[in-house]
Amino acid sequence: MKIALTSIFVDDQRAAHAFYTDVLGFRTRHDIPLGEDFWLTVVSPEAPDGPELLLEPAGHPAVKPYRDALVEDGIPLAQFNVDDLAAEHARLAGLGVQFTQPPTDIGTALVAVLDDTCGNLIQLIEMKAPADDGGAY
Amino acid sequence: MADIFRALDDETRRLILDELFARDGQTLFEICSVLTMRHEVASSRQAISQHLAVLEAAGLVTTERRGRSKFHYFNPGPLAEIANRWPASERASA
Repeated sequence: MKIALTSIFVDDQRAAHAFYTDVLGFRTRHDIPLGEDFWLTVVSPEAPDGPELLLEPAGHPAVKPYRDALVEDGIPLAQFNVDDLAAEHARLAGLGVQFTQPPTDIGTALVAVLDDTCGNLIQLIEMKAPADDGGAY
Repeated sequence: MADIFRALDDETRRLILDELFARDGQTLFEICSVLTMRHEVASSRQAISQHLAVLEAAGLVTTERRGRSKFHYFNPGPLAEIANRWPASERASA
């Protein structure tokens, strides 16, 4: 068994697509009309055959209170690995991305949390030691 | 003033103030991260949230909403009440 696709809810699929590709730098994997919405997934250019991130419409009534509560407490819904957090932070801040947490040293890694403008917080992490499990905790 | 002493009478709450003193304006998530990773505090997020509520009630922490997130700030104001009540320098010079 392996994780091939995971999803996050986004306020607006087209705006989310623009943010995740133009700003973060992911690539479109699938963009298929599905009724009023789209089956819309992106992948990392560093792993084009790796896990897909599904940008899913946030229409369900449970989504808003769930995400509002998480964002209020600064809790990210997804985590992406980067090689150089300081450089990514500078690049993204230069593009106007808002960070709720600037690059922070947590011992085994450097982390920062950004607002994806589609209703979610995303944690970026740079592992200090060679990554073996892809996560600090 | 009793609230201030009660709020300070806990190592986790003192660590929270240390971390806010080092970098002011943190979300609950960030506070939990640094307590876990830097200080090996094993408390749940709910427990840390309650610690923050005690600090806020004592006036030692204030919160502010920026965008959709809530940020916590260290407020040293109440600590001045302690120094005002028992000023160290006055007695030393007396």
